[in-house]
Amino acid sequence: MTRVEITSKSFGTARVLGRVSFTIDEGETVALVGPSGIGKSTILRIVAGIDTAFDGRVERPDAVAMVFQEPTLLLWRSLRENLRIVHPALTPAEAEEALVQVGLAGKADFFPGQLSLGQQRRLALARAFAGQPELLIMDEPYASLDQETAQGMLRLTETLIARHRPATLFVTHSMQEANHLADRVLTLREGPDGATLG
Amino acid sequence: MEDTRLTPFLSILGLLVLWVVAALLTDDAQLLPTPWALLPKFAQELASGELLTHLGATIIRVLWAFVLAMSLGTAIGLAMGRSVRLNRWLDPWLVIFLNLPALVLIVLCYLWIGLTEAAAIIAVTLNKVPNVATVVREGGRALDPALDAMAQVYRLSWWRRMCHVILPQLAPFIAAAARSGVAVIWKIVLVVEFLGRSSGVGFQIHLYFQLFDVGMVLVYALSFIAVMLLVEWLLLQPWERRTARWRRA
Repeated sequence: MTRVEITSKSFGTARVLGRVSFTIDEGETVALVGPSGIGKSTILRIVAGIDTAFDGRVERPDAVAMVFQEPTLLLWRSLRENLRIVHPALTPAEAEEALVQVGLAGKADFFPGQLSLGQQRRLALARAFAGQPELLIMDEPYASLDQETAQGMLRLTETLIARHRPATLFVTHSMQEANHLADRVLTLREGPDGATLG
Repeated sequence: MEDTRLTPFLSILGLLVLWVVAALLTDDAQLLPTPWALLPKFAQELASGELLTHLGATIIRVLWAFVLAMSLGTAIGLAMGRSVRLNRWLDPWLVIFLNLPALVLIVLCYLWIGLTEAAAIIAVTLNKVPNVATVVREGGRALDPALDAMAQVYRLSWWRRMCHVILPQLAPFIAAAARSGVAVIWKIVLVVEFLGRSSGVGFQIHLYFQLFDVGMVLVYALSFIAVMLLVEWLLLQPWERRTARWRRA
């Protein structure tokens, strides 16, 4: 179980988040939607443990994985190494199998710069799932992809979530993506003391 | 002319031609001997073992100073690039040490520590650390915060972060600092040997300077330059090519 209880979050004197509380059950997929700049990514960073400067507390499992807005890959390491550096327990064969699962078969020795943006995002997905995460966090994982590629990625994510069953929290601007993937949709709305869940 | 692997050799050949022309115009073997006039002196020093002994002593000092200066400079530069607060505190020190003449540091180290090997290496190291730190600090400032976040979420160990996330991003800056480092360090080592050691290329140059033997000064200086060229071509450039392999892929 992931339990999030944020009482406030400010950047300098600007209060961004008010009281934001929610839980995510094991195997549950929760989408977080809301207008641009309201603080959705800030919530994800707090839940992931990247941002610790907030009032409140977060209970999360040990194995956390995150898919960022950008693929955030090690461009100087091969695809195989990108998986094995982050997950040292993976054998080379397991790393290659993880690449096969996201449609990157035969590319283990490539560098990320040799892939298209869509393929780089697939690699980011493979990296996230290769560690068997208990909590998966995704920050607009299909942003800046064309519609066809985004649909393909959506189906791939759905398959991987069904196979690994992590608790999942993801941010999206698309209600279609949210309704397709999520068991529950949380909407962040502007309030007098920062954004809260509406 | 098309750029080929031969270009560096042709370039050096051009320099040799210039030397020959200058030597012929000077027409004074004591002031500027021709390259071929140095060959017997070179062979004599090589046969006696003197050349290798003194080259070896200088190389060891250069290696020690290089490793220490690169390690300390990289650590300090990275820390300053990552921390605005630390940079505010240490930046004035960096400016002071960057502007402190090499000779002053060398003389002070000899006065404070004595005419020892340690003093010589510390003097050279202290001269180079600020340059390395300045270059690497820029690399530290340019590190991608998104990769830091990724390393944090996936709980990468300190060692893995350094080897696979941070140092590869710093590689171009470290290469630039290393290249200028080798060139500067060996020149400072020569001054250190000139002033206070009884071995090394600098010591030999001091000796032949007193004897006004330009030929022997050139034999020792050029021998070391040859070693440094080999280091550049056989170590630095291949390492740089290897670390930049992903850019060309």
